[in-house]
Order: sequence, then structure tokens, then C-alpha cells
Amino acid sequence: MLAAGAGVFALALAIRSDYLFFAGYVVLQFIVLATAWNILGGYCGYVNFGTAAFFAIGTYTTVALHKIGTNSGRYLSGTLGELLQPLFPLSVLTLVILSGAVAGVIGLGMGYLTLRLRGVFFAIATLAMAVVLQTLVINWDFVGGSRGAYIIRDESLPVVGFKLGYVQYLFAIMLLLAAVAISVARLIEGSRLGYGFATIRDDEMAAEAAGVPTLRLKLIATTISGALMGMAGAPYPYYIGYVEPAGTFGLQYAVNSIAMPMIGGTTSWAGPLIGAVLLGSMQQIATVTISSAVNLLLVGVLLVVFVVIAPNGIMGLVLDWQHARRKP
Amino acid sequence: MDLLINAIVAGLLIGGFYAAVTAGISISFGMLDIVNIAHPGFIILGSYIVYIINATTGADPVAAAIVMLPVFYLLGMGIYLVYYAAFERRGQEALRGLAFFFGLLFITEVGLILVFGVDYRYVEARYIGPTWRIGFVDLPLRMLVPCVVSLLMVLGLQLFLMKSFIGRAIQAVAQDQLALQLLAADPTRIKRMAFGISMATAALAGAFLIIIQPVEPSVGREYIGRAFAICVLGGMGSLPGAVIAAMLLGVVESFTATFYGPSWAPAVSFGFLLATLAVRPAGILGR
Repeated sequence: MLAAGAGVFALALAIRSDYLFFAGYVVLQFIVLATAWNILGGYCGYVNFGTAAFFAIGTYTTVALHKIGTNSGRYLSGTLGELLQPLFPLSVLTLVILSGAVAGVIGLGMGYLTLRLRGVFFAIATLAMAVVLQTLVINWDFVGGSRGAYIIRDESLPVVGFKLGYVQYLFAIMLLLAAVAISVARLIEGSRLGYGFATIRDDEMAAEAAGVPTLRLKLIATTISGALMGMAGAPYPYYIGYVEPAGTFGLQYAVNSIAMPMIGGTTSWAGPLIGAVLLGSMQQIATVTISSAVNLLLVGVLLVVFVVIAPNGIMGLVLDWQHARRKP
Repeated sequence: MDLLINAIVAGLLIGGFYAAVTAGISISFGMLDIVNIAHPGFIILGSYIVYIINATTGADPVAAAIVMLPVFYLLGMGIYLVYYAAFERRGQEALRGLAFFFGLLFITEVGLILVFGVDYRYVEARYIGPTWRIGFVDLPLRMLVPCVVSLLMVLGLQLFLMKSFIGRAIQAVAQDQLALQLLAADPTRIKRMAFGISMATAALAGAFLIIIQPVEPSVGREYIGRAFAICVLGGMGSLPGAVIAAMLLGVVESFTATFYGPSWAPAVSFGFLLATLAVRPAGILGR
């Protein structure tokens, strides 16, 4: 997985187009989000509409810590502050890990409150959570409130001797995250955990009766999924330079992270990857050539068409086709 | 004290409107077990249709919505046909059904943005503007009219469900689908009608919404959390429960807006939802 990632990075460097890095970053970000969504949605069968919320948790963790980092003398006082001061400013990788931790904890809390009930309530609660977190951020002046916040990043940073552009650096981080997310998904699939998740998806009542600790498994899935989504959001302020609540909590994250696994196929790690690469690149092309509203409409229509006509996504279609060929 | 009573009255008025928003979800989610999260999207669609009728003919928004009721009823029946064939019959409604409705919500929202843009739209009517004053209590007519019509609509629905043959059949579907089948009734036909009715309420709720406030395509999202919170708090599928819960949420939101600032109000519904799910998942009037 890491080798494949390194290959992609080398290829992208060889082409030497900044636009490629900009667009590629977004596609990679969607690979992480779609894979993260699928760990809970595809493996356990619990729908999370709050991708944007988890993504924004990551984003705003970065914004807050970045702000503390740039004015560390002002915000970190007292003995504890002096102990922490040398740690700032934090590197993007550290921010990614911290954001993942925050988002994971919030995911765990959300799951604990709602997962004991039917799956539908969890879905609705995640939808409502996005609205509430947006309200909190709008009212939180420290991170800019509804006005938004600017993040000033360096042009480039030195990496072993030569200068690496910041966009390239973020691209590399997101590539690493995508590799991590897919590896986690693959690991889960082949492990006891994955089989446990599958029992929940197929028949939760029967699983519970057979002694599967369903609540604990669901909480694990929510935590992993939330943490990965938060990690995907952490580098975003550096990428975009300016964050405001309406954009960060945009519905496009929720709809894309559901549409991509659904279109690719939800039962294996390859589905979200296929869906994210296809839909992500399609949207990048459509945003440039047509308009961003039209491509969002396209995603919605594709989602509806796929769930109605091809419930197992592209992977399902491929498997059916192979199956049909074997038995003529 | 004036402020307090005005906040309560404003909350009750907006609560009446919330009851109209929730009525459709109480039927689809509470009785039919169809998690129609696209319902608020269709309410916004209703608002825009009412806006077009009002802007071109100058007709009263509520009358325009009543004219649109059959159209929404047919739309609802059509959506249920697709939903039944694609998900319910295959037993896949949990994951893919939710994704289906989420996609519909998204399509209506983006479609409206493409057609109308993100500008706020509003309607013209005689009762938008004037305010009745009883003592120190303000009763803005643009809140009072939707509240009263909405309560009438919910009352009518409740009577229909309690007294009429079809209404009782709908309640029977909600209780035991198999038993209904054994009585040689077709549950999908009844569910189709019920879903049509639930969708028809969206036309009226849309008219109320655009009377109360100017509308742009994405305001629907705020009502998803609210409507489901009310539906759960009231006791799934109970219309009287939904009215009580709607009033309660309206008053608490109004208090929050008055004493902490309006930007905090959307968070209230989520607190309600979580508290209900944690303390009493059956709701106020739930069985």
C-alpha cells in the first residue's frame, strides 16, 4: 500500500503540475473520507450522515491549535503553558494525529449515546450533530466564528536538502493518510473484528444472541471511522488558506462520503477507493468544465440511481459479471 | 416579565408550524417505518412552488398550497412505488433506503439552487406584516396564520386517522402488517396512500414556512434535526404527541433565542433528541 502511494507521489512529481497536486489532494481526501465512512456504513451497516461534522472537528482542531501556536506567548501562560510552549508550532502530522484523537473521542461519545437504539436513530443523530457543531463553531469566536479564519502557511519547506512546495507536502500527507485508511480497512476486513462487524450488518439481533459484543464492536467502528474523518480534515486549513463554517460543514462531504462507497461497493476496501477515484476525478473535471453546482447534482443523481439499480455498486456488478462468465 | 410571556407566545406560535413540519414525518417514519429524511427538502420544494404561484397570480400562499396537495400526494405515491420496489421488497431499507432519501434531499436542494439560485425568496399576502397586540403580547399575523392553519391540518389528519376507514387501515399497517395481509387487505396499497398523505402535508408546511420567513434552498436542513427530534419526543407516530412536543421545542428554542441569542437556537433540537433517546426513547405519548 505504501509502495503504491510512493509510486503515485513520484508520478505526480514527475508531471510537475501544481494543478495536479491541488486536484489530487481533493481526490485523496475523498478516498480517506469514503474509506472511513465505509468502516461503519459498509461493514456494520450503520449510516453516518455527519461526515462533515467529523471533518470539521479535524479542521477546527487545526485552526485552534494553529492560532495558539502563532501567539503561544499570549495563550499559554502559567507553569503548564510554559511547559507546552516549546512544542508549538505543531507540525501538520502532529495536528493530524491530535485531530484524529479528538474526532475519535467525539465519535465514541456520539456512538455511546445513540448506538444502543435502532440504527435509524444513530443516522438521524449524526445529521443533527452536524447542525449543532456548526452552531457551536459559529458562536466560537476564537476560531473566527461565522466570519471564518485565515491560516497563513509557508510557501515551501525544506526536505532533506531540497525545497518541497507546501502543496506537494500536503499532498504527500494526504496520500499517506489514504494509504493508512485503506490499510486499516483491509486489516479490519480480514480480522475477527471484521467478521464481528459483518454479523452486525447481517442480523444484529442474531449476533447479539450468539454472544457477539455488538455495542462494543459498533463503538470501535464509530471511533475508528470518526478518527479517520477528523484526520482527513486536519490539513484542510493549510490547503485552503481560509476556513469558514458554511464551507467546512458543507453537505458535499456527507453526500460524497456516502455516494462513493455506495457507487463503488460497500463490502470491501476496494469499493470506496474505486468510487472515490471515479467520483472525485469526475467532480474535479466537472468543476473546471461545467460548474460546481451541476456536479453536486450529478453526485446526488448517481447515488440514487446506483442504490436503486445496482445495490452492490460497481464491485457488485463486476462480481456478478465474473459469476455469469464462469457459468455460461 | 413581558419578555418572558412574549417568548412563550412566540414559541407556541412557531411550535404550531413545527407540528405541520413533523406531521408528515410522524406518518412516514412513525407509522410506516420509512425514514424519509428528504421530507424537509420537499417542504422547501413546496415553498418554492407556492412562491411561483404567488408571484405569478398573486394567489394566497395557503390556497396555492391546497391546490398543490394532489400533486404532492401523487409525488409521494410515486416515491413510495420506487422505494417499495427497490428496497422494502428486498429488505434493504436500512442502509440503502436511507442513502436513497439522502440522495433525494440532496437532489431537491441542488436542483432548487440551480433553478432559483441561493437568493432568499418571499411571498406577498395581506397578513404578512400586521401584528395584533393584546396587552403587551405581540401576535404577528405571519406567525399566527400558519400556526392556526397548521393545527387545523393536524387535527383533520388525526380525525381522518381515527374515524375514516382508510385512516384506520393506515394505523393497522403501522401496528401489524402481516395481520392486515391475513385480512386480505393489501398493505403496500395502504402504505402508498399513507406516504402520499405524508408528502401532501409537505406542500402546506412549505407554504407556512415561506409565510413565516424568506426561504432559500438550504434552510431545509435545519428542519431535519428538529422534525425528527419532535417526532421521537412526541412518541413515534402519535400526532397529538407531536403537537405537544412541537410546542415544547418551540418554547425552549424561543427562550434560547431570547436569552442567549438566536444563533444558539438550532442546537436545542439536538439536545432534545439526545435527551429523549437517552431517557425515554418511547417519547411523551408513545406506546
